[in-house]
Amino acid sequence: MTDNEHEHDHARTFQPDHVEPTSEAARLGLALRELLIEAGHYSVDEEQAMIAAMQGASPENGAKIVAHAWTNDDYKARLLDDGANAIRELGFDLEPYEFTVMENTKTVHNVIVCTLCSCYPRSLLGMSPAWYKSSNYRARIVREPRAVLAEFGVNLSDGVEVRVHDSTAELRYMVLPERPTGTDGWSQEQLAALVTRDSLIGTQRELGGDK
Amino acid sequence: MSEAWGPHDVGGRTGGPVDLAEHDNAYWEWQIDAMVRLALAKGLITDFAELRHGIERLAPTDYDELSYYERWAKSLASTLLASGAITQDELDGKIDAIRRRQKIESSS
Amino acid sequence: MSEPKFKPGQRVRIADRTPLTHHRVPAYAKGKVGTVERICGVHGDPEKYIRGPGEPMQRVYRVRIPQIELWGSYSGAPKDMLEIEIFEHWLEVAT
Repeated sequence: MTDNEHEHDHARTFQPDHVEPTSEAARLGLALRELLIEAGHYSVDEEQAMIAAMQGASPENGAKIVAHAWTNDDYKARLLDDGANAIRELGFDLEPYEFTVMENTKTVHNVIVCTLCSCYPRSLLGMSPAWYKSSNYRARIVREPRAVLAEFGVNLSDGVEVRVHDSTAELRYMVLPERPTGTDGWSQEQLAALVTRDSLIGTQRELGGDK
Repeated sequence: MSEAWGPHDVGGRTGGPVDLAEHDNAYWEWQIDAMVRLALAKGLITDFAELRHGIERLAPTDYDELSYYERWAKSLASTLLASGAITQDELDGKIDAIRRRQKIESSS
Repeated sequence: MSEPKFKPGQRVRIADRTPLTHHRVPAYAKGKVGTVERICGVHGDPEKYIRGPGEPMQRVYRVRIPQIELWGSYSGAPKDMLEIEIFEHWLEVAT
């Protein structure tokens, strides 16, 4: 990095358009950030490219995969067998993680958590919701999943098996929700529009459709 | 059930209702997130596990009171101080500078 | 990498130990018995988190554990399950 670029970055580390936090820990984070940028470890341009990439991922990615699986049985079989490779087939650039897709059926409901730290399939779902990172969700979904799901409006009969997936290690999960009835003949775009973030995490079960 | 080794190991604890309010990241939270990812990409930290280790070593009261990205900031700071990538003096000086800047901002 | 020590369907016990460093087994799963659901590939051992050439690798399994085995008082249906990824060195054959 040349001196000019360095000065340029120095001037840009402070961005008055954005409200700065005043908690001690957040200020510590900002201080670290400015030190690392000023020392040339990374640039503001790199930071902004990284943030744009992170903001570019959204549940629409997951929804496209679901719509593809709903309309192509062979693809669905590959997706459930080897999630990562089937997802790459559709051109998604995954973080370096194994990917596993869990299918909801009439008799099985899947839900995802990371009790230890909040691992989340960000490349396919975008930023995780605040509740996913909360201690109450992480603590309770493994022990009383039905009660927590009821708080989300998902009420399951005892005839449905609940499978909680604690994503503690190197894998990332996504739920394949059930295709709503009354959607025969719908295009993949129409189907993808029905798929919500929460249905991909498993805190929503029923999706809209032509009821 | 075995003892938890850190304040992060919450699975199975009791707790209140899940707060379902949506919260978009503030810009500084994106900046912390990007900083950690770039620190990894540039080799300042060796693995995400190193960040997690730092979070798991937080005092339980800190863990419970800090927000998600505040924990990241604390953990990354302790890792970079330990590795010598930054010094305590540099960090203290920068924190003071930000505090002064924020005072001027808030009074203007 | 050697062959997997465990195969799908096999009953396994998760070790009950607490190393004083970062590890990926939550307290609630320690000492519990489940069934290997699938083999999830080979990954860097997070307990030796200094990555680089010669990084120690470990096979990871997804283990399915009945909820009623995990909690003294599980209030849901008896067939409810929990699945969790466990590194090979945390598993032993259960009878």
